[in-house]
Amino acid sequence: MADPQVLLSLRGLKKTFDTQEALAGLDLDVYAGEFITLLGPSGCGKTTTLRIIAGLELPTQGSVFLDGEDITYLAPEKRAVNTVFQNYALFPHMNVYKNIAYGLSLKGVGRQEIARRVGEMLELVQLSGYEKRLPSQLSGGQRQRVAIARSLILSPRVLLLDEPLGALDLQLRRAMQHELKDMQQQLGITFIYITHDQEEALTMSDRIALMREGRFVQLDTPRGLYEQPRTAFAASFIGETNLINARAEAVKEDGVLLDIAGFHVPCASEDWLTPGEPLLLSLRAQRLHLSREPVSTPCRLSGTLVESHYAGGERASLVRLDDGQVLHTRASTEGEDLPEIGSQVYVWWQQESGVLVRDDREDVHA
Amino acid sequence: MRKKNPAWANVYMALLLLLLYLPVLVVVLFSFNSNPGRTANFLFEGFSLQWYESLFDPATGYGEPLRTSLMLALWSVLLSAALGTLGAIGLTRRPLRRRLLARAGSAALSFGEQVAVLPIMVPELVLGIALMALFTLMGLPFGMVTLVLSHVVFCVPYIFITVKGRLANLDPALEEAARDLGASPMQALYTITLPLALPAVVSGCLLAFAMSMDDFVISFFVNGPTTNTLPLKIYSSVKVGVPPHVNALCTLMLAVVFLVVAISQLYSARVNRRRQVQASGGARI
Amino acid sequence: MPKPRMDARPQASREAWAFPMLLYAALFVGLSLLYILGLSFMSRGTGYTAGLPLGGHNYARIASPLYLRSLLLSLRLAFFTALFCLLLGYPFAYFMARASARARTWLMLLLIVPFWTNALIRIYGWKILLSASGPINQALLTAGLIERPLRLLYTDFAVQVGMVYAMIPFMVLPVYSAVERMDWAMVEASRDLGATPLRAFLTVTLPMTLPGILAGLVLTFIPSIGLFFLSDLLGGSNTMLWGNMVHNELLKSRDLPFAAALSVVLLSLTGLVILLYRRMGGKAEGMVF
Repeated sequence: MADPQVLLSLRGLKKTFDTQEALAGLDLDVYAGEFITLLGPSGCGKTTTLRIIAGLELPTQGSVFLDGEDITYLAPEKRAVNTVFQNYALFPHMNVYKNIAYGLSLKGVGRQEIARRVGEMLELVQLSGYEKRLPSQLSGGQRQRVAIARSLILSPRVLLLDEPLGALDLQLRRAMQHELKDMQQQLGITFIYITHDQEEALTMSDRIALMREGRFVQLDTPRGLYEQPRTAFAASFIGETNLINARAEAVKEDGVLLDIAGFHVPCASEDWLTPGEPLLLSLRAQRLHLSREPVSTPCRLSGTLVESHYAGGERASLVRLDDGQVLHTRASTEGEDLPEIGSQVYVWWQQESGVLVRDDREDVHA
Repeated sequence: MRKKNPAWANVYMALLLLLLYLPVLVVVLFSFNSNPGRTANFLFEGFSLQWYESLFDPATGYGEPLRTSLMLALWSVLLSAALGTLGAIGLTRRPLRRRLLARAGSAALSFGEQVAVLPIMVPELVLGIALMALFTLMGLPFGMVTLVLSHVVFCVPYIFITVKGRLANLDPALEEAARDLGASPMQALYTITLPLALPAVVSGCLLAFAMSMDDFVISFFVNGPTTNTLPLKIYSSVKVGVPPHVNALCTLMLAVVFLVVAISQLYSARVNRRRQVQASGGARI
Repeated sequence: MPKPRMDARPQASREAWAFPMLLYAALFVGLSLLYILGLSFMSRGTGYTAGLPLGGHNYARIASPLYLRSLLLSLRLAFFTALFCLLLGYPFAYFMARASARARTWLMLLLIVPFWTNALIRIYGWKILLSASGPINQALLTAGLIERPLRLLYTDFAVQVGMVYAMIPFMVLPVYSAVERMDWAMVEASRDLGATPLRAFLTVTLPMTLPGILAGLVLTFIPSIGLFFLSDLLGGSNTMLWGNMVHNELLKSRDLPFAAALSVVLLSLTGLVILLYRRMGGKAEGMVF
């Protein structure tokens, strides 16, 4: 992609409901053609952000820019932004055709032109032949397609999707994820997508903005977010991770030496580190290996195997370190050589799998 | 799943319905009575249509009150539909207010809403006397105007509550979706909210129409010397004796009511089955 | 920071739309009720006018055996009307809610038709039924159960029958909608946990349908106090209900302030009942079906 161009930006967005602070100052640049996901637990402010972009809510402070133009106070009907609502909000008294044609007919587009474009849209979402059906006569997945077609027909600059797959069962969800992603790439429309499902965010997005309590915790590519989480919250919200208490023994140029339960473990440094400070090391359960024999890598710990059970392709085990901390591991079951429960085991990993994260667990109810 | 009713339950329902219809059936039966007696007309002597034939004779005097009642009901329902529907639109999902002055205004609106639905609960007798006193104070001549003004008073709450119940049950996202797709607030109201509220408006209007046609007590107090509604006419006829014309008239009214209710019930049952749109909260008639 | 333009308000406030209705209610409901409250403290003038002196004399006059007896009679009648409506109407509503969808449509239809028919017509039917030479007496005479026609019409009994009859749909409809809305899984859960059918009914169904019962009681009790035409048509000359008192004072004695005082008493009673209803969690919306 050559020279990404900023399409939509949020500047210092704040929103207070009564006394409840929903957004605590958001800044974000969304690039043209991008699929960006706002990910976070319920109540983190992602829907509020979306509603402010759509114009359905006014921010208490801050601005929204579309193509450099301030649209913060522009009425929702005047924005080149459309929304796919959480429960689709299809008009129950209109059939599929009228639902999709709604936006165009408001613009006074001619009858034939509407018919042609609705036909195109129906084809795009594979619902040709369903024109006369009422929303109540459609399945969840079909409703979802109508909702998308109804918005896409207006060729919005940005399409906002508020948990569009939330009401669907798992299989349909998976299929729709691919379909949506394909559609987005085919049309080149910028998507701002909301979900609380980390897997959905990881598979679909170009970038993910992880949110918590009205703030962006981390804005990164799916890979960056998974491999290089910056805080304990980011590490534990996405994937299964172990957060291990550590102490920085020495900070060097090429890294830092940690003290974990008496083991000296090297790790890449972070610019915010200060020596002697208690730290958290994030270790993904999938990136940990178990061994009965001592291992030569310095990135290893030892403890007692407390629990172990078969979980299909991988085995979930619990290892208690000598200082009482417990590690979860998920190692491949391929050709495994199983240590006994209660025996001494070694846990090891590639150095880049251990990431130091900022401890923001205390802030959760701040 | 709910269990089936036991047989005795059906017998009970049938008996109660029979009791409910007994007086009505008697009226229907006696409307075909050939006994010409005017006062002691309690013996059924034979089949005759004489009371129907002479019902709309100017001499019998039922035509004019019928016309008055229909006009009255029509005007009352039209005015009430406008006031009640607008009221419901205005008072559903009001924004939360934080500033003191705005909060006071909000409280005033809530109080006003309570006053507006009061006629459902205030005994008709009290309302009738109060309106009569007020019209006297205002110097309004008693007649069609005072009748319509009074009927609107007790029709509005039925339409208001029915429509408000429907609007409150609508997903707020529907209007937002309309705005999002380019509709102005007005267009969203016309194209989405009003069509969805229409069934409730209609059922509220039917209810109000029946209430207006049926009202005796309030009309009794605010009626003028030259206006006479059907219930008032029936009351004065029945009070003196048992005039056989009333039987014929009542049978005709019953037939009309039965037809209207049957059509609307069957229609709404079919619409419900086909669309499975949630019925508005509480409003079902 | 810039003030938002008015057209930018995302949710347009439509409160102004309610003003016509609120204004109308303020004038014809609020003001007229306040006016009779004021009138009740005034004295009778000529014709339908009222004037000085001001005072509580109208209320002092009400506190006499004649009016208190009438009030008591009205309240008793209203109480039994509400009670009989509940006893007869609840089972009907309950069974109706459990009937099949098709049967429910028809039952509702059958129930609504009398409700939509003029109350006078239905009372009039009772007048025929109960009269000395009417069908009931005829039947009893033919069967040889009585020798002379019973005096049924123009009695308190006739008034009570007529009232229960006129009011019963107002009990059935709210109870029906409460039963219909109830989640039957809860009854099944209670049976599953070991309750007998009766106990399940008493501990689950009854409390769940209480809002409907309360609305029904209010809807049958309040109008019963004020129905003066019913006792006019079916009652004896000494069945003087509160409604008849008000009616007589106004149209025979032409004493507007005194009639106003009588109405205020009725209104206060109503207010008390509604307060009680509200206190027990009832809503005005519960009264329209």
